[in-house]
Amino acid sequence: MEWDWNFVREIMPTLIQGVKITILATVLGSILAAIVGLAIALARRSPNRAVSRSVGWFAEFVRGTPLLVQLYFIFYVLPDFGILLPPLVAGGIGLGLHYGTYTAEVYRAGIDNVPRGQWEAAKACNLSGHHTWTHVILPQAIPPMIPALANYFIAMFKETPLLSAITVLELMNQAKSVANSYYRYVEPMTLVGAFFLVISLCSVVLLRWLEHRYGRIER
Amino acid sequence: MTQWSGYLGLILQGALVTVELTLMGSVLALVMAFLAGIGRVSRFFIVRALATTYIEFFRGTSIFVQLFWAYFVLPFVGLSLTPLQAGVLALGLNVGAYAAEVVRGAILSIGDEQYEACTALNLGRWQGMRHVILPQALLVMLPTFGNNAIELLKATSVVSLISLADLTFQAQVVRSQTGSTLMPFASVLVIYFVLALIISWGVRSLERRMARGLDGVRV
Repeated sequence: MEWDWNFVREIMPTLIQGVKITILATVLGSILAAIVGLAIALARRSPNRAVSRSVGWFAEFVRGTPLLVQLYFIFYVLPDFGILLPPLVAGGIGLGLHYGTYTAEVYRAGIDNVPRGQWEAAKACNLSGHHTWTHVILPQAIPPMIPALANYFIAMFKETPLLSAITVLELMNQAKSVANSYYRYVEPMTLVGAFFLVISLCSVVLLRWLEHRYGRIER
Repeated sequence: MTQWSGYLGLILQGALVTVELTLMGSVLALVMAFLAGIGRVSRFFIVRALATTYIEFFRGTSIFVQLFWAYFVLPFVGLSLTPLQAGVLALGLNVGAYAAEVVRGAILSIGDEQYEACTALNLGRWQGMRHVILPQALLVMLPTFGNNAIELLKATSVVSLISLADLTFQAQVVRSQTGSTLMPFASVLVIYFVLALIISWGVRSLERRMARGLDGVRV
């Protein structure tokens, strides 16, 4: 079966629709992952052992199970408890929660990298716990971890095709429906692959730049 | 109650398929990892270029797209694969690309003095690799290989979307037959988590075994 450029031109608008949803889902998931990761990292440092232990186990569990099943869980099980989510929101929550457990480790490492002296200085300046975090620790901890965070966001981007399984009309789903209605798989599937390849090659450049800009830790 | 045990049997059958896929995928991934990882530190430009292309391509596109490509597009170029073959191929090649970078990193992490010692003992390149470098590098790779194996286990859930009856697929079957959502998805999540725990425990004990007799050798 040969490649047909006319067909490519015909299906392009549909695929671009899908690209928009894919990017929207990634942005949604990234924002959530950034927040959830920080929350998990902070909860694991909690002096209350019950909190830190249970959050730790929860994160371990989420990290050890497939995203696809978690998406099914959010999409099919939660409505039984009266929480009915639109597919895109369910997908965003799934991505954010799953990758949040990964970014939590990035936050943990970043926070551990802040020298002890900073904590002591905050105490010496009589800052409250809240102020210590927002004015001293986090502003120093977050910039060096930006490249690592971005790395996970790119990984998340590559996982968005999974959302097609819970009926989100993102790129993969659009490609599949186009392929099924014309019974031509070569062009749509290859274009999806090419699209992801192009984006991730571009993101490598972005990552290099981020590493250059933020990666160094000045002491 | 008897009904549930029947459905549980179905899910356990799915677990067997998942384990099978994970094992076969891991073997392929291991082979590809060493081929491409050693290829990336080769003397010959063409070998390095081939290995880099393979790694960048499979890390750049998502596993989901690769699987669909293997299952839906390859038949059009005359290569029909069963779902199991397509699954093992996509999983093995994808995770192999990630693991290849681990192999490369581990080989490069071995100190120069070891290479110099190989030269001093008049070992050929392959002899040095086989008897000196790899035995030490293997220990460095092992923990990350464990993580890769867990990633592979989690990625197997995607094959349910090309109608291979793995854990996730069976969970969907049980859901559609019983209308119950919590039981199939919760039990499947737990099974995946237990499998992941088994992998990480297995890798840890393997690491302990292999580290025996190397005390004092490693820096």
